[in-house]
Amino acid sequence: MSLKKNEMPVQEPLVRNKNFKEVALGYTEEQAIDEANRCLGCKNRPCVSGCPVSIDIPDFIAKVKIGDFEGAYQIVSRSSALPAVCGRVCPQETQCESKCVRGIKGEPVAIGRLERFVADWHMANCKEAPTPPASNGHKVAIIGAGPSGLTCAGDLARMGYKVTIFEALHLAGGVLVYGIPEFRLPKAIVQKEIENLKALGVEVNTNVVIGRTITVDELFEQGYESIFIGSGAGLPRFMNIPGENLKGVYSANEYLTRTNLMKAYLDGSDTPIMNAKNVAVVGGGNVAMDAARCAKRLGAENVYIVYRRGKEEMPARNEEIEHAEEEQIIFKTLNNPVEILGDEHKCVKGMKCVEMELGEPDESGRRRPVVKEGSEFVLDVDCVIMSIGTSPNPLIRNTTEGLDTQKWGGIVADENGLTSREGVYAGGDAVTGTATVILAMGAGKTAAKAMDEYIKSKN
Amino acid sequence: MYKILRKKVLNPTVTLMEIDAPLVAKKAEPGQFIILRVDENGERIPLTVADFDREAGTITIIFQIVGGSTEKLNHKEEGDYIYDFVGPLGVASHTEGLKKVAVVGGGVGCAIAYPIAKKLHAQGCEVHSVVGFRNKDLVILEDEFRAVSDKLCLMTDDGSYGEKGLVTNALQALIDAGEQYDEVIAIGPLIMMKFVCALTKEYNIKTIVSMNPIMIDGTGMCGGCRLTVGGKTKFACVDGPDFDGHEVDFDEAMERSNMYKDFERRKHSEACNLFKKEVM
Repeated sequence: MSLKKNEMPVQEPLVRNKNFKEVALGYTEEQAIDEANRCLGCKNRPCVSGCPVSIDIPDFIAKVKIGDFEGAYQIVSRSSALPAVCGRVCPQETQCESKCVRGIKGEPVAIGRLERFVADWHMANCKEAPTPPASNGHKVAIIGAGPSGLTCAGDLARMGYKVTIFEALHLAGGVLVYGIPEFRLPKAIVQKEIENLKALGVEVNTNVVIGRTITVDELFEQGYESIFIGSGAGLPRFMNIPGENLKGVYSANEYLTRTNLMKAYLDGSDTPIMNAKNVAVVGGGNVAMDAARCAKRLGAENVYIVYRRGKEEMPARNEEIEHAEEEQIIFKTLNNPVEILGDEHKCVKGMKCVEMELGEPDESGRRRPVVKEGSEFVLDVDCVIMSIGTSPNPLIRNTTEGLDTQKWGGIVADENGLTSREGVYAGGDAVTGTATVILAMGAGKTAAKAMDEYIKSKN
Repeated sequence: MYKILRKKVLNPTVTLMEIDAPLVAKKAEPGQFIILRVDENGERIPLTVADFDREAGTITIIFQIVGGSTEKLNHKEEGDYIYDFVGPLGVASHTEGLKKVAVVGGGVGCAIAYPIAKKLHAQGCEVHSVVGFRNKDLVILEDEFRAVSDKLCLMTDDGSYGEKGLVTNALQALIDAGEQYDEVIAIGPLIMMKFVCALTKEYNIKTIVSMNPIMIDGTGMCGGCRLTVGGKTKFACVDGPDFDGHEVDFDEAMERSNMYKDFERRKHSEACNLFKKEVM
């Protein structure tokens, strides 16, 4: 048996960096079976412990081995509301795959690629929509149609609850539709997952901003017995350096929202985006990689990732960093912006940076970057995208009395997602600050269970 | 989908629409705004609430045709639908405790100034309205303003209607005549608000302006609407749209507002061509 994973076919880097089609093309049936056969089917199932939603990994892989792909899908979908999404965007290398026994000597089983394969196989081959279960007569509300909200909604709907999701934007999906680009997660897949939820009886009300259009307290008045807040962490941070309000400076949120949600890369879209020539993306996370790769696809000649630490310290997944490098994104690590320079029309004409070197480890355990004396230089760019993190949106906490929040804005919730308000649960980035899709899904799942117990205890 | 219940052309470039949006109408207050998308490929455009009727469940919007999206919107008729309509967004204008206010409106900005004047009038405040337009053909909401104002100065740039001159001339005259205002509320083109603020600063009269920068989501997510106010960066969508005019960096706001001017111009002419074809 091979020590290495089956490679997944991908679009050629210099072809794909000019289009928005999906980068990774997925396994064939033969590749999937071959990869599944690498699974040892361990009795103690270490991989499952690494999955935030506890998918029965060896069981679904056993089905793939015998070519029962639909059977495999049924096992995955018992635990995950969004398998086609997770198979693409989960950091498997630090979760399930990091626990795989195969990984001790060689590469772990490609669990993520197999998950993606079975989800895609199901979508392509099984057209029947799930049937809604019998109603239990109870109403619940979900705020935010992102990963945590969709998961929570799916689990509660399967238990028989009448679930209504309220979404502020015009489209459900949250970060899956406004943030993660088409070439990493095709939007048709997200919409298909949402259609499945609707088939289960979930109602999705877009264009409703909780805290403005309706408040949490009004939802209770309308008869919702429990509420889940999955409003995410959507408020962009800036560096507070001179020149950040020049034309050509974007938050990654704005740049990605224009590109992905509003489809500015398509000719037919009414939403504009700057056609920049030289772009600096400041930050080293997955969002920074997404922004940089979008900028390249939108026609920029040079796209730089400017990051104050080294490449090893970057929070982005290795796969994302590698894909970005293959697509000719230029990494300027150990560099930090100090000022954005503008021309007479207040357009960006350059970014003043300093070089950094790594000193002693800081509280995050990573070595603290220190400025190298006299290292100032100007990077020739006409567009700067700030991708240095986001904070939770204050709209809900400012309009919901008795909802405790952390100093930095996160909603306080216990291990079951219960907030300081009775019947109100929360999860995902709204509680943790910027994290991953799968952690948010895990939180949605935990909260769904707790909400069910809460409602049962009252009736 | 949100139905257009009434459409009224106010002047060749400004149109009023009453939209069926009960959830928004239930909460809307003067000074707040909505975001709409005309169709499936539409961009999200912010428009300030011009009026609302909680019982009928309607929101009135008044918009000027400036680009492709507003051109498309203007081609919708009564009974047609708007694809998306969300709100109310932003912080409502503060009107509590005001006894005497000058409300200054310029052009389509009068549509935003009017509901504030109406609210002030209803709470017993003395309202002096100063409204300005380029010429007679562009005058809007004259009767509406007259009904809620203790004094109305109507100005046109060319003198074709009302007094000849700018709103700042009229405001200066009122101040010179000894009128003492608790506050001036100025809503209109950036350049007008800038000059109103320059004038009121001389007399130390608190001045509130309503900013309408480029934005996408309107909930604080994109940061595209950022402004410098008192040396600090603010998001117009969640911190505003009302700000202390003496603190706003108008020059920066004017530059930022023309970021996509070329795109807008192209989309506008595309939209015009499209509709010409349909007519033929």
